[in-house]
Amino acid sequence: MNEISRENINIKEQLKEASSSVLRCMQCGVCSSSCPSGRHTSLNIRKLVKIAGKDPDILKSEELWMCTTCYNCQERCPRGIDIVETILKIRSISAHQDIILPEHRAVCQMLLKYGHAVPINDNYKRKRTDIGLEELPETVHKYKDSLNEVKKLLASCGFQRFVEEDLNENQNKETSL
Amino acid sequence: MKGLSLFLGCLIPNRYPGIELATKLCLAKMDIDCSDLPGASCCPAPGVFLSFDKTSWLTLASRNIVLSEEMDRDVLTICNGCFSTLADANHTIQKDEKAKEDVNAHLKKIGREVKGNIDVRHIIEYLYQEYGPEMISSFVERPLDIRIAVHYGCHLIKPTKDRGLGNSERPVFFDELITALGSTSVDYPDKMACCGAGGGVRSAMKEKSLRMTEAKLAKIQEANVDCIVNSCPFCHMQLDSGQDDIKELTGTEFEIPVLHYTQILGLALGFPAEMLGIDTSVEKNRKLMELLDSQVES
Repeated sequence: MNEISRENINIKEQLKEASSSVLRCMQCGVCSSSCPSGRHTSLNIRKLVKIAGKDPDILKSEELWMCTTCYNCQERCPRGIDIVETILKIRSISAHQDIILPEHRAVCQMLLKYGHAVPINDNYKRKRTDIGLEELPETVHKYKDSLNEVKKLLASCGFQRFVEEDLNENQNKETSL
Repeated sequence: MKGLSLFLGCLIPNRYPGIELATKLCLAKMDIDCSDLPGASCCPAPGVFLSFDKTSWLTLASRNIVLSEEMDRDVLTICNGCFSTLADANHTIQKDEKAKEDVNAHLKKIGREVKGNIDVRHIIEYLYQEYGPEMISSFVERPLDIRIAVHYGCHLIKPTKDRGLGNSERPVFFDELITALGSTSVDYPDKMACCGAGGGVRSAMKEKSLRMTEAKLAKIQEANVDCIVNSCPFCHMQLDSGQDDIKELTGTEFEIPVLHYTQILGLALGFPAEMLGIDTSVEKNRKLMELLDSQVES
């Protein structure tokens, strides 16, 4: 068996494991009708639930990333399916296949570099001092040793795999989660 | 009950420092024992980082929890996302011995160990459960007779199986904290709907996220309120600066002031708007402050 087909089988197993609770789905559609994103985007959460665990194409689905994780669908599901938790697990399988939106990579870069997903900048340093706060907050921004701890932990977890090689490319880009 | 440590997260210290100051002023005025949490990082945010890699998410969250454990204090969050991450990570550490062991293998490299012996709180549920609306009322120096649209946000209360704050369809605890300030919490359609920002949607698909925000703001506008009050800086940003983005995108103008609960609480406790990060050079905020000033005069 070649590497690619071995990988495919592995992905199918991961998807199946991540999606075990969706087997209870009866396709009633309560999830879709409760979805705030689905009213305005192409996300059809009922359809995602239908193919979760079966179709590896879900990993490339843009809709996978249109869920705001509001949990309405999961709260209302009459079969008690952990819909959002399933979505999060499938997203993780996707990210580990390096299927990552560039904006999300940029957010990862911020965390890796600053220990904050949204780091401070000169404008907000000034806003802090204007109202009488210290220029830097009591976070990793102020304590270099703390930032090094965060970097060590992220390295230990292999987090840099989610970040593109060129760290400088997006460093001045405003990110928000 | 343990003392608290204030977990700042990212958006509050780095984008809304006024909310940081408002929180500190309110806690001090109410004589709540809360210290800084030096060296804390991003929680890390549930939308993007939990989506990507649970191990990294849990490890970094555990480091933040350890910092507070080492001070023997419970963590106080003022953001629904930070609450979601830190409370969920804390439950995992407390209930899943294997996960705790795995995390500690990483934490050992920085000389720390997570024990799972503290709680993670959110300021809204903390004030409600430990103080209650009546006691909050007793602190009020300046009753605010205004109409408020409460925005709970999703992760304060959901998933309900993990939060334990009751049903998510029609909760009342946040509204009661508003009533305690002398204000009216106005009901509106889709009150429990998402602001649109979460789950990494705002960062990667901003226009789509704003369509959800516009729908929510339209319902709030119909309810004829004086301002929106939230409990999360990410919802705050989406509902507040989102109004400018929507104006640019669709031309729709809302002009609804948006405040974090600690800011409206700060006003009721007698602090001036400038100390609470309420920018009165913005017209909608200035009008709200004029409305409140006219009440004092009359």
